[in-house]
Amino acid sequence: MKTVNPLWNFFISIKLTVVLLLSLAMTSIIGTVLPQNKNPQFYEGYGPIGVRLIEHLNLFDMYHAWWFQGLLLLLMINIVVCSINRLQKTGSLIWGPASDIRPDRFVGRKDARTLDDARDTEALIKSYEPLVRRWFPGCQVLRTENQVVIYGEKGRWSRLGVYIVHLSVILLLVGGLVGSFFGFEGFVTLPEGETTDTVHIHGTGQTLSLDFQIRCDRFSISRYENGMVKEYRSSLTLLENGAPVLQKDIIVNDPLRYRGINIFQSSYGKLAPQQQDSPALPEPGPDTEYHLHFLSKESGMTYTRHAKVGVEVDIPEGLGKFLIVSYEPQTDFHGRPLGPALKGILTPMEGEPVDVVLPIRFPGFDRMRSGDVAIAVIPPRPSPPAALPDEETRYYTGLQVTRDPGVGLVYAGFALMIIGCFVSFYLSHQQVCVVIDDQQGRRRVTLSGIANRNKISMQHRIEKIFGAMTKV
Amino acid sequence: MSSLNSSLLLSVSTFVFGLAALLYISALIFKKISLTQPARWIMVGAVLTTTAGVILRWVESYEMGIGHAPLSNLYESLVFFAWTAGVIYVGVEYKYKNPIIGAFATPIAFLAMAYASLSPNISDRIQPLVPALKSNWLIAHVVTCFLGYAAFAIAFGLSLMFLIRSTNPEKQDGILGHIPELDTLDELTHRMVLFGFLFLTAGIITGAIWANSAWGTYWSWDPKETWSLITWFIYATLLHARLMRGWQGKKIAWLSIVGFAAVLFTYFGVNLLPGLHSYGKA
Ligand code: HEM
Repeated sequence: MKTVNPLWNFFISIKLTVVLLLSLAMTSIIGTVLPQNKNPQFYEGYGPIGVRLIEHLNLFDMYHAWWFQGLLLLLMINIVVCSINRLQKTGSLIWGPASDIRPDRFVGRKDARTLDDARDTEALIKSYEPLVRRWFPGCQVLRTENQVVIYGEKGRWSRLGVYIVHLSVILLLVGGLVGSFFGFEGFVTLPEGETTDTVHIHGTGQTLSLDFQIRCDRFSISRYENGMVKEYRSSLTLLENGAPVLQKDIIVNDPLRYRGINIFQSSYGKLAPQQQDSPALPEPGPDTEYHLHFLSKESGMTYTRHAKVGVEVDIPEGLGKFLIVSYEPQTDFHGRPLGPALKGILTPMEGEPVDVVLPIRFPGFDRMRSGDVAIAVIPPRPSPPAALPDEETRYYTGLQVTRDPGVGLVYAGFALMIIGCFVSFYLSHQQVCVVIDDQQGRRRVTLSGIANRNKISMQHRIEKIFGAMTKV
Repeated sequence: MSSLNSSLLLSVSTFVFGLAALLYISALIFKKISLTQPARWIMVGAVLTTTAGVILRWVESYEMGIGHAPLSNLYESLVFFAWTAGVIYVGVEYKYKNPIIGAFATPIAFLAMAYASLSPNISDRIQPLVPALKSNWLIAHVVTCFLGYAAFAIAFGLSLMFLIRSTNPEKQDGILGHIPELDTLDELTHRMVLFGFLFLTAGIITGAIWANSAWGTYWSWDPKETWSLITWFIYATLLHARLMRGWQGKKIAWLSIVGFAAVLFTYFGVNLLPGLHSYGKA
């Protein structure tokens, strides 16, 4: 006997599920309307009340906010408690012995079909049992004093489908949690020929040392005839204690995985000529006018424009306007020095203006920013080609480096969720019962079936069996 | 190049879809059930023309030396959506023998085709694939999502019929009389939602796997992902709400309509939000 625990009752309620799912749906909208993870200045545009709200409710990173995670936690408890409760109640339906069947449950049904037959019981069993067996191979004949029951069932285990779905939700949530506690996401920018073991963690400025080194042997881009990029390829070598242990070319969608660490092709750039072998060249100083490259990500076209500091220029293809605000002699990105850069404001045709930083030495830097256009500064004083004769352009590759020990759980959750949904939507637990009652001189036969879903197809099946029974 | 190309075929199929939709709607408005006879065959014709157009487009991309499945941009996915909705509808009509459903289902397929063909913002050129889109998971992702969306679209049409029919469930003559019984509509809507939910789930999952192989994170809460999850939450709510007392019928029909609105927003609205991730942005 269970005492009625109000908390328990709260958590077994499917009303709570509906409320939680709807709340998750509605609150999730906020983070798609309010840009996430911007710097504090960005949110000042939302007014003093807006800023307070955003701060208190962590709306700038709402999917990791306490209240959003709280909703997920409630959902998780709801699922666990609900499943335990239902398993206690209906577990015997799934695991209990078949002999528990109660013929009266079948005979009493409105849609039961009956017929009278004069033959004796054994003859009836002989003729009916194969009909039932055709659909329900494991059917059995149960005899009592004045009643014989032919009972068939199948798909009992399909009742587990719903539990599989719910278990999968738990796996996904736990997997996500494991990943966020024990995993990391970072990046490495690595010039061709160089080696590193240092990863910059996204969004924190922290770094992390891998216990092996990554060397970029070569980076290459291939293009389609129309100039669109076909493939980015980095040839990487992993080294342990200076000795190569693994060599692989990675391209987008084909990462390198080694000892739980994943390395993805993510961006690239050209090293400005000054960086090639002659770091002693003077820094490019502030100018009043610059050459800018605008690369349209949509069309793959590049446009070159002159721009004066403080004067807005139009970007072709209606991609908006760009304004150079200032020249900064020294900038850095997550602690990595980038050297001199231009700061500017990009105003797209639609949407908010964004601040962009264009390091002069890393023309590919701006490609890491998502957006319709990537901007690069053509170095104001390119080193004369004579100084560096046939030297090939040197690239650096941008690698995303991650570890996520939760991924296994998440993928297991994915598999179980699809299996569970399929089982619970399309398979059913079907039971069919032929009851033969002895009544003075003739036999009354009742046929009826129960299914826990797809009841219509169960009815069709009953009609079919009944049709066959009346024929013989 | 032959003069018969995929663009032409797909433009033709837009009009064929339009004709079928027009006939189904006329049958409903003018109470002429006989009109649905030709409508059915025209609908089958539209599906076949679209099938041919899609296959031809696939072949053309190989002839251009940039071969890929025709599922890589907005135009192609809309065409696939219309095709799927068409196939599902033809299946439903065949199985349930109620042609009036067509007046609510076929216009959706037509609108998708028309939008794909006529909108100035949608290019129907065959483009090569940027690196991030070269993935079999992407194909699985697009196919499963759009199967789901198409089922939800038909569930939406059925839910509208449910709400219209429920204004006067007893009426047996007139237009209302031709709309299926409430129970049938409810059952059909539920079937469509289950099918859609299974495929939306598969779509989100294949999308996550694709993201994980391209960027190293299976989930990053970008607006498009988030909206597909919102859609998923709404339909999950629907599945559970059905189990609660007093939540059959109209409320479920409304949830299915809200769910389809979320589908539309996931697909078209997200691009209006700040923060971006337009279709297939690398
Ligand atoms: C994201 C979370 C959840 C998902 C994706 C989910 C998914 C599902 C699915 C797909 C079904 C089958 C529906 C049908 O056959 O029509 C189902 C049924 C059910 N769910 Fe959930 N569910 C979730 C959370 C919960 C929670 C928190 C509870 C706790 C009360 C719950 C209780 C149930 C019950 C009682 C059923 C009906 C089982 C039956 O038909 O025998 N679900 N759920």
